[in-house]
Amino acid sequence: MKACVIVFPGSNCDRDLKVALTQSMGNEPNMVWHGDSELPETDLIAIPGGFSYGDYLRCGAMAGNSPIMREVVRKAEGGTPVVAICNGFQIATETGMLPGALLRNADQSFVCKDVDLLVAADNERFVGGYDRGQVVKFPVAHHDGNFFADEETLSELENEGQIAFKYATPDGELTEEANPNGSLNNIAGIYNKAGNVLGLMPHPERLISKELGGVDGKTFFDNLVHSIG
Amino acid sequence: MKARVHISLKNGVLDPQGKAISNSLHGLGFDSVLDARQGKTIELDLKDMSKEQAEKEVDRMCLQLLANTVIENYSIEVID
Repeated sequence: MKACVIVFPGSNCDRDLKVALTQSMGNEPNMVWHGDSELPETDLIAIPGGFSYGDYLRCGAMAGNSPIMREVVRKAEGGTPVVAICNGFQIATETGMLPGALLRNADQSFVCKDVDLLVAADNERFVGGYDRGQVVKFPVAHHDGNFFADEETLSELENEGQIAFKYATPDGELTEEANPNGSLNNIAGIYNKAGNVLGLMPHPERLISKELGGVDGKTFFDNLVHSIG
Repeated sequence: MKARVHISLKNGVLDPQGKAISNSLHGLGFDSVLDARQGKTIELDLKDMSKEQAEKEVDRMCLQLLANTVIENYSIEVID
């Protein structure tokens, strides 16, 4: 299997993603610079977290307009799986690959901690390693992760099974206390309509070994590699 | 010529920074403040062109980069 990790000026989770993908794939992903306009042949595109372009103007706005993203959007429309994490999620909403937007956290603070997430929908490719309704633990680290969409979009996401993860208690309850950033409906991650693009604020690539505190993220990448093959 | 773009969050979109500003003003005793919303202004220096042309051009800039119309409104002021 071949994967690409897109690297923007200000990305800071690109190498973590490389480690996670290498561990699960057995070979290294291609690291692709934002200024390139062509992608090497790939079975998976990963857009990493960080602070692309210093979060100037709006998080993800500049990166969303970089040359490589035109190619990423084109590949995504053709069905190539895309996983967009944290700043990557913000970039994906800016390009229109995913609906909605990520606003400043409701309480204005940067949030950096492990959170419990309810697996809210079936999607063999991305969450086939878990059961629907299972609670998994990934870390979050962001200032702008407050998911917003208009009412119509929100109910479409709910009704079409496009909500991947919701912030929850360890027992899977969707409470206000479990929501670290004010996201509508406790939304932590969503799929596009076709189900081949996943955007999420939490970082599965940061929990891929027992030494780092857990392996729920390793399960995510192992399944991704297994299902893409 | 110059153009000024004013960008603000749409009504109904939570504005935590506006909320913090309004709370701080209350803390200073400005009880007259009912609410505050924070936006941003972008000033552009443009080549000379007709006002209509400038408005069209800046509108395209707003749609492509300067504003995210999922959450923001924008208005354009062209100054000769």
